[in-house]
Amino acid sequence: MELDIENPQEEQTSIRRSLPRWVIILAFVFLLAFLALIGIGLRRVQAGPIVIGQKVPEFSMVTFEGQPKNLSDFKGKVVVLNFWASWCAPCSQEAAELEQAWRYYQPGDQVVFLGVDYTDTEPEALTYLAKYDITYPNAPDLRTRISQMFRITGVPETYVIDQEGKLTYVKKGPFTSLGEIQAVLDNLLK
Amino acid sequence: MLLKAEVFRSRNVKILLLAGLLALTFVLFSAGRVLAQDPQPPTDDQVNAVAKELYCPVCENIPLDVCPTQACAQWRELIRLKLSQGWSADEIRTYFAQQYGDRVLAMPPLQGFNWVFYALLGVFLVLAVVVYLRVVRTLRHKTASTQNVTTPAIDPAKDEYLKRVEEELQRREKGS
Repeated sequence: MELDIENPQEEQTSIRRSLPRWVIILAFVFLLAFLALIGIGLRRVQAGPIVIGQKVPEFSMVTFEGQPKNLSDFKGKVVVLNFWASWCAPCSQEAAELEQAWRYYQPGDQVVFLGVDYTDTEPEALTYLAKYDITYPNAPDLRTRISQMFRITGVPETYVIDQEGKLTYVKKGPFTSLGEIQAVLDNLLK
Repeated sequence: MLLKAEVFRSRNVKILLLAGLLALTFVLFSAGRVLAQDPQPPTDDQVNAVAKELYCPVCENIPLDVCPTQACAQWRELIRLKLSQGWSADEIRTYFAQQYGDRVLAMPPLQGFNWVFYALLGVFLVLAVVVYLRVVRTLRHKTASTQNVTTPAIDPAKDEYLKRVEEELQRREKGS
């Protein structure tokens, strides 16, 4: 007994031995389960965004007017997906250009513009849309599902999806001119 | 004639009572309507009480009540609006979770995959208590065992070594 007190290693060994086996097994099982959960979480976090050339997964949204829109509805057309928010100052810099571009391409019926309102409040979002006279469909990003799918890093961000549903262009930050938007879209419509 | 007058008076009293009741009902309804149309606006404290349990995804790890960005200010105004419309704190939290996802909540809801984390927390707690109790019991047992080990009493008269030391001391004293 005196030996146990003088030698802590011996004491720890005896404590460990005194634990029932089921407690040790259970502890290890839960530890492994916990580590697995952390692993899954990390994998999900570190999963990269949709890369250029990759097919964009299906997503749907309901516009502020209550109209449902699905990506698959626009197969065969170029889709310009713009993430914005009313509290975002740079978004307002490109709002007019995006609307101009939409009005330019709308008669051709080959390009669709979709606005995704990121973590915004509806009254302010509607005020923003009215202020910049935006007429293309806009929808709130419910539960931030679409923005998480694209792993946006901020707003504004614009994703251009080609006629085959593949991501072809990503713009982080605002477009500075109508010409910049046309350069991207005309290239796809050739 | 007297009977007729009595009946007439009684009927008048009934009509008066009915009119009074109607007037009272009208007043009560009107008062209710005025209260509903003109409620007290929610105070900043009431708004912040709800906001501190919410997190804006734009400014991670900063509770909504102290978040300085415009996005958070708009969210707080939305909370104020919902409170003024008579929404409860729970209803507002649910609304925000539906709009922006569960990650805006300070406490993940007890549903779906979140149950695993709550269950794991409980299991780890129980395991920790079991291990702690085991260790404490083992240590107590060891301490008690150590205290029970008594050193044998030494009788100087019987100890040969002590006896010799005593003799040597006495001899030296005599010699000096």
